[in-house]
Amino acid sequence: MLFVILLGSSFLIYNLAAIASDPLEELRVSSDPKAKQQILVLIRDLHLNVPPPLRYFNWLKGVLGGLVGDFNLGLTRTHEPVAAAIAQAVPVSIRLVLGATILAIVLGITVGIVTALRQYSKFDYAMTFLSFLFFSLPIFWVAVLLKEYLAIGFNDFLYDPVVTWPWLVGLSLFSGVFWASVLGGTRSQVLLKFAVAFLANFGVLFFLSETRWFSQPALGPIVVFAMSLGIAVAVTHLSVGLSNRKVLFGSVAVAILGLIAYLPVQQLFTKQFTDLTLFTIFLVAALIGVAAGFFATKIDRGAAIRTTTLVALLTFAIIYLDRIMRTWKSYSETDAINYRPVPTVGETNSLLEPGNYWFTTLDSALHLFLPTIALTIISFAGYVRFSRGSLLEVLNQDYIRTARAKGLTERTVIMRHAFRNALIPLTTIIAADFAGVIGGAIITERVFGWVGMGTLFNKAIGGQDLNLLMGVFFVTSSLAVLANLVADLLYSALDPRIRIGR
Amino acid sequence: MAKKKTDSAVSGENAIALQETAGLSQNQIVFRRFLRHRAAMISVVSLVFIILFVFSAAGLRFGSDRNAATTPGWWPYSITDLSEMSSKNCAEGLVGCPTIDILPAFIDGTPMAFGKHPFGQDDIGRDYFALVMRGAEQSIQIMLIIGSIGALLGTVIGAISGFFRGWVDAVLMRLTDFIITIPTLIIGAVIGFKVGNLGVTLLGVFLGLFAWTGLSRLVRGEFLSLREREFVDAARVAGASNRRIIFKHILPNAVGVIIVSVTLLMSGAILLETGLSYLGFGVVAPDVSLGSLISQYQTSFSIRPWLFWWPGFLIVSIALCVNFIGDGLRDAFDPRQKRRITRRDLAKADTASKGA
Repeated sequence: MLFVILLGSSFLIYNLAAIASDPLEELRVSSDPKAKQQILVLIRDLHLNVPPPLRYFNWLKGVLGGLVGDFNLGLTRTHEPVAAAIAQAVPVSIRLVLGATILAIVLGITVGIVTALRQYSKFDYAMTFLSFLFFSLPIFWVAVLLKEYLAIGFNDFLYDPVVTWPWLVGLSLFSGVFWASVLGGTRSQVLLKFAVAFLANFGVLFFLSETRWFSQPALGPIVVFAMSLGIAVAVTHLSVGLSNRKVLFGSVAVAILGLIAYLPVQQLFTKQFTDLTLFTIFLVAALIGVAAGFFATKIDRGAAIRTTTLVALLTFAIIYLDRIMRTWKSYSETDAINYRPVPTVGETNSLLEPGNYWFTTLDSALHLFLPTIALTIISFAGYVRFSRGSLLEVLNQDYIRTARAKGLTERTVIMRHAFRNALIPLTTIIAADFAGVIGGAIITERVFGWVGMGTLFNKAIGGQDLNLLMGVFFVTSSLAVLANLVADLLYSALDPRIRIGR
Repeated sequence: MAKKKTDSAVSGENAIALQETAGLSQNQIVFRRFLRHRAAMISVVSLVFIILFVFSAAGLRFGSDRNAATTPGWWPYSITDLSEMSSKNCAEGLVGCPTIDILPAFIDGTPMAFGKHPFGQDDIGRDYFALVMRGAEQSIQIMLIIGSIGALLGTVIGAISGFFRGWVDAVLMRLTDFIITIPTLIIGAVIGFKVGNLGVTLLGVFLGLFAWTGLSRLVRGEFLSLREREFVDAARVAGASNRRIIFKHILPNAVGVIIVSVTLLMSGAILLETGLSYLGFGVVAPDVSLGSLISQYQTSFSIRPWLFWWPGFLIVSIALCVNFIGDGLRDAFDPRQKRRITRRDLAKADTASKGA
């Protein structure tokens, strides 16, 4: 069935594009004496003498050739194979959108849940307004604004990293209001939370600014340990509750292991570090987490293992982050960067000397900074609205009342009964989003000067290059169909009430 | 968040909700709920204001570039007038900045003024207010055309396949699937590249021809479930024709879904059009749209930011208004949506019952 849909839509777009474009237009009006010959070459190579509906089957033959190991998407106008161009572009596009999509999902769902739990509060209204605003923003507009204000402003700030008083007070006020409205409570509780958040933010920022932390950021073993302890407590609280001492003990043990491993791991972080080593380290961390969860408790082992593994992975992520942060100073001192570390265009800095893993990693991370923010802002809104609506619907169900009547804690009711069921309908839009962004970052790529699928697409339309267009279409729509299939399967796996087929 | 309410408070709330809807038809209830949605009402007023302002400023204009039917607007400049560069209100070395001054004299020392070129001038001296108004007119026009064609096609196709089912349904839904798998931007660019220079009306029509798919699926689902209901059986037993059942019995019940998704379609449409024009596949020069204005002047942002701000503000405000209207409509049509009874309402009902 999916195959038939792909066939139909590719036939449709092939003919539509073939009718809409005329690849010989430029050459026909050209006065170049060789134009005539070029026309003949193009006609021969692109089979332009065959009418589009029949030419489609020629193209299809090349695609189906993939089944017998002879994949062929035809030639572009410049006589390069389309498949090669696409193979080059896909990883770039994935790199561009992957982080942003994950970030948007995590942030969107978190905010959506908080707004649902605080329905009709000031925070809810503010977030609703914000998500509608984000929903209405054209991405090219946001992108240019980010470039002009965020990138340039941030670079200027980093040149002399002192947080000025208006910013200090403004940011602290914002954090006070934010945390007070998120956490809620009675009036005096809200005031207390506001004061604590305000003072904490103020103190930390002031300290960081005075010690010039921003020009040479690092966490150090103590802060890493404090953060991993915090993560251990927070993750345990959300997953099984702090009253489960054994799991809490397991998580804290993992955090302590992180502290012990801090110095030995630094020996591995050399210039010749590779992604493979990174993967191995995280694998080891995950194994430690699993072991800690396994030995921590005998009751409800699954939940315990999930908790400790998450804590272990996050702890090692912080250690890794700490190492990248400590690259910052020497990175921004290089000639290629010259103290302006936030770039506005491109995928990597070509002036940067290769060979240093940390430099290149930090460099590509910084190049992702602006596009990721832009893409996150755009897709964040959808997730907030959707998860809020979905959780509110679930919270009105009878089984939630039953769970509360049984005397379960509010945490268990929300995280185990409501949240999980609210996530089921989200799989559909997550899958659709993943497929959509691969081809859908067309505008973002243009603004930020990345050469991915979007650029190929622009080239295809602008240059009236049918085979290239079909190549892009083939990848994006196969992904869309595949994502739909995965969503359907996931849906039925998560929700036993839904059956596929009959 | 278990809200603890006493029995009497709950019955009080129900009484208020019932009292307010007593004797009203479904449409009246929906309409009242919509009127009460503050954000939606503000958006309706602003959107109507924006549309009237833009269309009256630039004058109406239909058809392609060469033979357009136009009516004059109240703004003296057109988008082709090259007036002299003025340097009023400008910083050192700049020309053509906005002459608008919305702050009254007691704040910044200069009186409120509209000036000769309120939005400034572009690099060759064209009046930017005229350009932005024209661009907004084109964008709104395309949005409305896409919305109405999408609504019409989506409703008809969805209704036919949902009501008649069988092979008609199979054929129409496969067609929908075909179009839905093609990313909107791709289909839009292919169309826009070919018909962009034929004028906005045609561009809107062609884009609208591919914008109905989501709506038709929703309408089909709605029809599939409504046609099995008792009131449809009753109508059929009473001898009603298919046409009568569709138009008089099922469609009025499906109208909420249709209206809500059409507003969402429209807010998507304006972003699609501006995106296409930004990429150069939508409205093309010499004509302008909000997207093409931004794309044309984004490089001059650092020196002359006003060329970038105005069209962006208009896109965001139009899309925001449409989205809020859609949200208000969804709340109004949602039968599960109960009105929030505030403490003040309870107090009011209390005093009223005591007075009686």
